[in-house]
Amino acid sequence: MQDFVLLAANLDRLIQALRAAGYQVMGPTLRDGAIVYDEIHAVGDLPQGWGDDQEKGRYRLKRRQDGAYFGYAAGPHSWKKFLQLPRRPVWQAQKTGHSMQITAAVETVPAMAFLGVRSCELHAIAAQDRVFVTDQYRNDSYSQRRAKLFTVAVNCTSAAATCFCTSMQTGPGVTLPCDLEMTEVIDGAEHFFLLRGGSADGEEILRQLPLSPATERHHRLAQDAVRRTAEQMAQGPRHFDSADLQALLYRNYDSPSWDQVADRCLSCANCTMACPTCFCSTVEDTTDLSGDHAERWERWDSCFTGDFSYISGGAVRADTRSRYRQWMTHKLATWYDQFGSSGCVGCGRCIAWCPVGIDITEEVQRIREAESG
Amino acid sequence: MSKTQGRPKLAVWKFASCDGCQLSLLDCEDELLQLADAVDIAYFMEASSEQVRGPYDLSLVEGSITTEADERRIREVREQSKALVTIGACATAGGIQALRNFADVQEFTAAVYAHPEYIATLKTSTPISTHVPVDFELQGCPINKKQLLEVISAFLHRRPPQVPPHSVCVECKLRGNVCVWVAHGTPCMGPVTHAGCGAICPAYSRGCYGCYGPKENPNTSSLCHWWQQELDADRATVVENLRNFNAAAPAFERESRRQEQRHGEE
Repeated sequence: MQDFVLLAANLDRLIQALRAAGYQVMGPTLRDGAIVYDEIHAVGDLPQGWGDDQEKGRYRLKRRQDGAYFGYAAGPHSWKKFLQLPRRPVWQAQKTGHSMQITAAVETVPAMAFLGVRSCELHAIAAQDRVFVTDQYRNDSYSQRRAKLFTVAVNCTSAAATCFCTSMQTGPGVTLPCDLEMTEVIDGAEHFFLLRGGSADGEEILRQLPLSPATERHHRLAQDAVRRTAEQMAQGPRHFDSADLQALLYRNYDSPSWDQVADRCLSCANCTMACPTCFCSTVEDTTDLSGDHAERWERWDSCFTGDFSYISGGAVRADTRSRYRQWMTHKLATWYDQFGSSGCVGCGRCIAWCPVGIDITEEVQRIREAESG
Repeated sequence: MSKTQGRPKLAVWKFASCDGCQLSLLDCEDELLQLADAVDIAYFMEASSEQVRGPYDLSLVEGSITTEADERRIREVREQSKALVTIGACATAGGIQALRNFADVQEFTAAVYAHPEYIATLKTSTPISTHVPVDFELQGCPINKKQLLEVISAFLHRRPPQVPPHSVCVECKLRGNVCVWVAHGTPCMGPVTHAGCGAICPAYSRGCYGCYGPKENPNTSSLCHWWQQELDADRATVVENLRNFNAAAPAFERESRRQEQRHGEE
């Protein structure tokens, strides 16, 4: 497939081409001391020259030495907030006399283009697709949003210390289909994007951009940048062999490590909300004062809350130990049985955004150590 | 008379409190007329001097118990009420006046009043549930008026109220707030605090100070440990945050006493 070079000075042309094609462009932007995902109107909205430092329970913006547009790692938001809405109306009911009219909520679903989707994030979207689109309980709201989605993936050239996609085989290079794939390269004074179309819609956008054919040198620079990112993670403390995770967790329901992590875990649900694959939701049914009007809303829920496992007689998972075990075992083991893949893509959000720095890779290690005595 | 027939009778009671939670009810401007249609507001001194005698179908109780007279009065209220719902931090967790529980109330009255001998007060400020059975506790200082309407609607239509007891963190994440704890290093009570406010403080880049009281299953000791070890909070700050408006909530009280005790040992 033919690759092209788009000079960084022309990046705005890509954004405008997507907007002109009718897409609402969603991408990274600076807000409240972090790089979040929001609507992007022009290249000036992107966090150019900003990166981040991340560790367990800690995230800080950092000025980069260069003018990279995508020089940051996974932040507080994930794309799921645009596909699986945090809150949405499901239906409403109106009582008139002795009859009741139930009306399903109709959404106006926007066509969105996600700008700067990392490989781990493509894997996360694919994981949610298996839950909401191809599994037996289809979610129409998600499916409609997903069907109209255009993805501009970016090969990852900046991992945080919390990243471990190489351990989960989800990155840093793009390995799943997307509409456009790009790699940001900064080499001295030269700043460009190596671009490749991945779909007919992607090719159509490419045709509108001021591109030049990529040479072998462009390819080499792009590959080097992604390779360096992979090497950085491979040498980091969170690199581990994930091949036996399912068996490991199934052998260790009674590991003493669950008690240790429960001492620290706040059961606050931050990890599940930040996780790009966690898909659980609840429905809330309400009436107004008159009782003539009722509504059902869907909202993100978490296996870390008491209500989540509440059935007649009480919560099945009343204590933190059982909640953490449920989450981690689902993420790394039972997800395979349910959906045929891992539920973890190695983005590290649960590590950085855990207020008390609980690190899922460290917990794997603790379980291993406890088992080997 | 016929106007009130068939409608449930609502009463609103005040004990030791600032009236802010009752005012939340009056603050429901758009829904107030609908409320008056749905219930017979039989006893609500903040709104009307007209008093309809009990029994009442639903009693909303604001305030904590701080006097012997109120210890008797809350039992009378309970006897007259089919359902009793506490509203706010005072009624649910003793309120800010429960700070006396950690000190000598006589010293306080001596310092504040010219004639402390005129003050007849208990040594402690206690939640309503210490004295009588409570059907539902709506937390918050003050309560959220939308949640209050939800609780009343739920009561009227015999369904469980949608008042999730999870953390403020969930509300932050639903709003898309950037975590002030992780991204700014700001100590925040959100992870142990009951949702309901809509995460107002973190939305304006300040830490939650726990005015909605403990969430279900709160891990206060882990929170306090991280505040001190990683966020450079001193012990006084930790204790002050546990002892704002919900000082006598068991989870917060236990932890604040534990923190003080550890301080004493060091």
